[in-house]
Amino acid sequence: MRYVLKKAGIFILTLLAISLIVFIAFQVIPGDPTTRMLGTQATPEKVAALREELGLNKPGIVRYFNWLTDFLKGDFGSSYTYHMPVNELISGKLSITAALTGMSFLMVLAISFPLGILRARFAHSIPDRIAMVFNQIIMSIPSFFIGIIFTYVFGLVFKFFTPGDFVQRAENPAAFWGYMVFPALAIAIPKSAMVVKLLRSSMIREMSEDYVRTAYSRGNSRWQVLRSHVMRNAIIPVVTFLAVTLVDIVAGSIIIEQVFAIPGLGRLLMTSIIGRDLPVVQTIIMIISIAVITVNYIADISYKYIDPRIRFR
Amino acid sequence: MRHTKRTIALFLATLMMTAALSACSGGKGNETSTQPPAETPNADNNSAEPVMGGDLTVGIAQDLDDSLDPHKMVSAGTREVMFNVFEGLVKPDTAGNLNPAVASDVEISETGDTFTFTLRDDVLFHNGNPVTVKDVNYSLSRVAGLDTGKPLIDEFSAVESIDTPDDKTVVIKLKEPNIEFLASLTAAIIPDGSDPTADMIGTGPFKFVSRSPQDNIILEKFDGYWGTPAYVDKVTYKIIDNAEALIMSLKGGALDLVAHLTSAQVKELGDNFTVAEGTMNLVQAVYLNNNVEPFNNMKVRQALSYAIDRNAIMDYLADGRGTAVGSSMYPAFKKYFRPELVDHYKYDAEKAKQLLADVGYPEGFDMTITVPSNYKPHVETAEVVAQQMKAIGVTVDIQTVDWETWLSEVYQGRNYQSTIIGVDASTMTASAMLKRFTSDSGSNFVNFSDPEYDKVFKEAVACTDDAEQIELYGELQTILTKNAANLYIQDLCDLVAMGNGVKGYEFYPLYVMDMSKVYFTK
Amino acid sequence: MRKTPNYNLIFGCTLTAITVSVIVLGFFWTPFDPDAMSSAEKSMAPSLKHLLGTDNFGRDILSRVMEGAGTTLSIAFLAVSIGATFGTIIGALTGYFGGTADEIIMRINDAITAFPSILLALVAVSITGGGKTNIIIVLGILFIPSFARVVRGEFAKQRDMDYVKNAKLMGVRHTRIMFVHILPNIAPVLLSAVAIGFNNAVLAEASMSFLGVGIRPTESASLGRMLLDSQAYLFSAPWQALSAGCAISILILGFSLISEGASYRPMWRPTTKRRRK
Repeated sequence: MRYVLKKAGIFILTLLAISLIVFIAFQVIPGDPTTRMLGTQATPEKVAALREELGLNKPGIVRYFNWLTDFLKGDFGSSYTYHMPVNELISGKLSITAALTGMSFLMVLAISFPLGILRARFAHSIPDRIAMVFNQIIMSIPSFFIGIIFTYVFGLVFKFFTPGDFVQRAENPAAFWGYMVFPALAIAIPKSAMVVKLLRSSMIREMSEDYVRTAYSRGNSRWQVLRSHVMRNAIIPVVTFLAVTLVDIVAGSIIIEQVFAIPGLGRLLMTSIIGRDLPVVQTIIMIISIAVITVNYIADISYKYIDPRIRFR
Repeated sequence: MRHTKRTIALFLATLMMTAALSACSGGKGNETSTQPPAETPNADNNSAEPVMGGDLTVGIAQDLDDSLDPHKMVSAGTREVMFNVFEGLVKPDTAGNLNPAVASDVEISETGDTFTFTLRDDVLFHNGNPVTVKDVNYSLSRVAGLDTGKPLIDEFSAVESIDTPDDKTVVIKLKEPNIEFLASLTAAIIPDGSDPTADMIGTGPFKFVSRSPQDNIILEKFDGYWGTPAYVDKVTYKIIDNAEALIMSLKGGALDLVAHLTSAQVKELGDNFTVAEGTMNLVQAVYLNNNVEPFNNMKVRQALSYAIDRNAIMDYLADGRGTAVGSSMYPAFKKYFRPELVDHYKYDAEKAKQLLADVGYPEGFDMTITVPSNYKPHVETAEVVAQQMKAIGVTVDIQTVDWETWLSEVYQGRNYQSTIIGVDASTMTASAMLKRFTSDSGSNFVNFSDPEYDKVFKEAVACTDDAEQIELYGELQTILTKNAANLYIQDLCDLVAMGNGVKGYEFYPLYVMDMSKVYFTK
Repeated sequence: MRKTPNYNLIFGCTLTAITVSVIVLGFFWTPFDPDAMSSAEKSMAPSLKHLLGTDNFGRDILSRVMEGAGTTLSIAFLAVSIGATFGTIIGALTGYFGGTADEIIMRINDAITAFPSILLALVAVSITGGGKTNIIIVLGILFIPSFARVVRGEFAKQRDMDYVKNAKLMGVRHTRIMFVHILPNIAPVLLSAVAIGFNNAVLAEASMSFLGVGIRPTESASLGRMLLDSQAYLFSAPWQALSAGCAISILILGFSLISEGASYRPMWRPTTKRRRK
């Protein structure tokens, strides 16, 4: 119970700190949302009127607390640039990025677990050594470069998909998921390589433990030992890493959205920062932060589930 | 009071273009073209017949990051799309004439300060209601800010009163004579009492269906349109702000039409695309801050003018496409454009060097060009200009800044030495193109100041005679050229590529994309 | 005791040595001026004259890759230097002395490292407006926590060792113990962290420039930016994308092999005891 309270306290403090940092950063950096909104038609009167309309003429502290109280009430404010509520603006984008992230994460699991176990089972064999070289190379290719290669090979040469032809899920779910396959794969491939490597070494380490020898001596086959004894212990470091990976995938999806022209959170975040659209930036950053902290929290909890020897302090 | 009736078209030719400044809004683009729509079909078949119907998908590189309120929208990219939805009392055509739209007729008093419109009979709003004088009164009063005292569009601050003597007539009275005001009456007519940010109801050939920021805008053909109906049933604008992805989507067939392409991008497309070529209707120049050393010296500005090789710039940027300009007027403005000014400073590096030596810079000097980074053609032009300046001993430092910084530092702060940008016209009158160079103009970002210029400009605006006004505007351009206010370069080329058998795109002398003329073939 | 030679370290060092020498060469000499345009040689395929071809402005891609990789590497070097210096100092102090300050700083550290550093870097750099200096500062600051964490862990382990206790008894000053006695002992760990830092810096810089918020086009050629620009010419001139993308990957591969190699022994020695926290 104390553990939960402590975690919750840190959770809230972190979020507060982040929102304050973002807010202060926006006060300090040059640029004002009205600059872009009025463009070349700006006059001092128009700027003043617009600042008043957006509530920018109030002191910073007042605005921060107004934002905070509204945020707690679930009102994320209204986008300066789009003149629409941030909730409405973000909900569509969030589901796209979430779909991409989720799909990509499942791909990482689907690719890395079988390969990692296989490589551990046949560790130090010739195929394992060849695989190691490829593994190391694939880890080093940035996902956006893989995305570009996919676009060229599968989009332009083989025409498996039309680059840029993103379809909303509501419009055509099949086309939506179909379009997501290559972007998700582009993120998943380098991440999978890392998980494979980690899983393999973690399992090899476990296999040299005494309990494994005991298990063999009881007449278990190698696969049985791997599955029911080694796996359970070997997976613990992997779970931490998967949490990190999931969070990295969110970051990766923001970049991949650019390659495949997917209108997700990432693009909105970047353009909103440039347009100084603070309500949108704050909300997106809060969402990402909550996601990141929650994932880490879940990873903590899952240790306990996997390994009862770990007790929360 | 005696009224002279003139047809709007006639009149118009005079007025065209109020050049609001639109310094080619950086990446926002504020440009369009007016060259004769030269279709250069990579694929042949001009014989292909238009087919009615079909869903058109248009790629646009800039999001409509703006209010969609037709009276408040600022960015050219937004206006370009909403041109299909909203209409004013008058509407521009491809030749640059203002034709009657919601009004069927207009009379302008000889004093040049009273406009009397007769409404067209059969104009319907997208919600099915007919347009009445009440709607017109509401719309124009809103724009002019008659209740609030804050006009939504600057030009409307000239309005003194709006009257509706009967249910077919609207009379607009100005505080001062200004026959060019007609061009401002392209301002959208919306239903009485409506809130255009929520309703988006207009009278254009397409009605607004939906908008998803950074994703798409959907328009549908309006069956009750009073004029020539559109060919296609539905237009989906897909926002793809990654220029590379835009080209790939077009190439892959996901898009039917993309405008504002560069010639390198068009080359990438290969055959099977119809490419229409126009110009952007802007004046690209190295704009010099006339207040700072050494550009406060006219002789230096003139010397540098000889050092600019416009043809080389156009070769690099667009394989020779584009049109050279010599003053602050672009060629599409046929009536005002002075072709003889184009070659006033013929490229001659030796002469430039000589002139520089004469005014005390035999070794040249260092200069900084500040360019908005999001607008590629200007950055690239800066790179070529830098090479050309090297030849006469002037060392150029190119400083790229983001669009917001450019706006606040260069445009509003005037805190720069020189910049490269395209200045265009947001409405169709000559004065706005030239007004910025009057000494006290708020948009005179180059700090040009010449008493003679100010005097002639005043005369020109007050003038109620076409021919005389043209003459005066011509004189203004000559003053700019002779003083070498800026190093004029070109009107950039604008390329529109159409795939999937789409044809019919026409250029306007304004930054608009008219989708009602585009059709599928076969 | 080793089963096999440390291939990772050998290959990583060789690869990095080669790329770094090409890059250093690029500081003094490139086959062509990286910025010189030529309208006659736009988008040419690789040839003997232009080994990696030319881009859409007729600029020599090999020269631009050399310049771009040089920029990337110098940014990585400076950012890692900032991160390693401050991170080591903070980690050494907190690890050596422990206490409440240690607890607080490590909590903050945990909070920061929970976030993907690339994402933080992207946001911070786009807020500050990009450009080389901003990238270096932002990355440098973001690297501090990870160095601090690694160094702190090692210091916490070492401080209870006999040689440290002896030194204390002999009256050696704390700063001397920390930086003269302990620091050399954690060099291998630090080396691995530095290599990871380079790895992350290269990736972060490339990602930023790829999104158009990193290095400005007029500052210098940049691998990420080249990759971004090349997308438009993917079909007609794929060598542009390949050159830039492969250069990024090779840089990252070299550093990741080194980091792997530096932390190689403890991972592989079959007698290593299971360590669990």
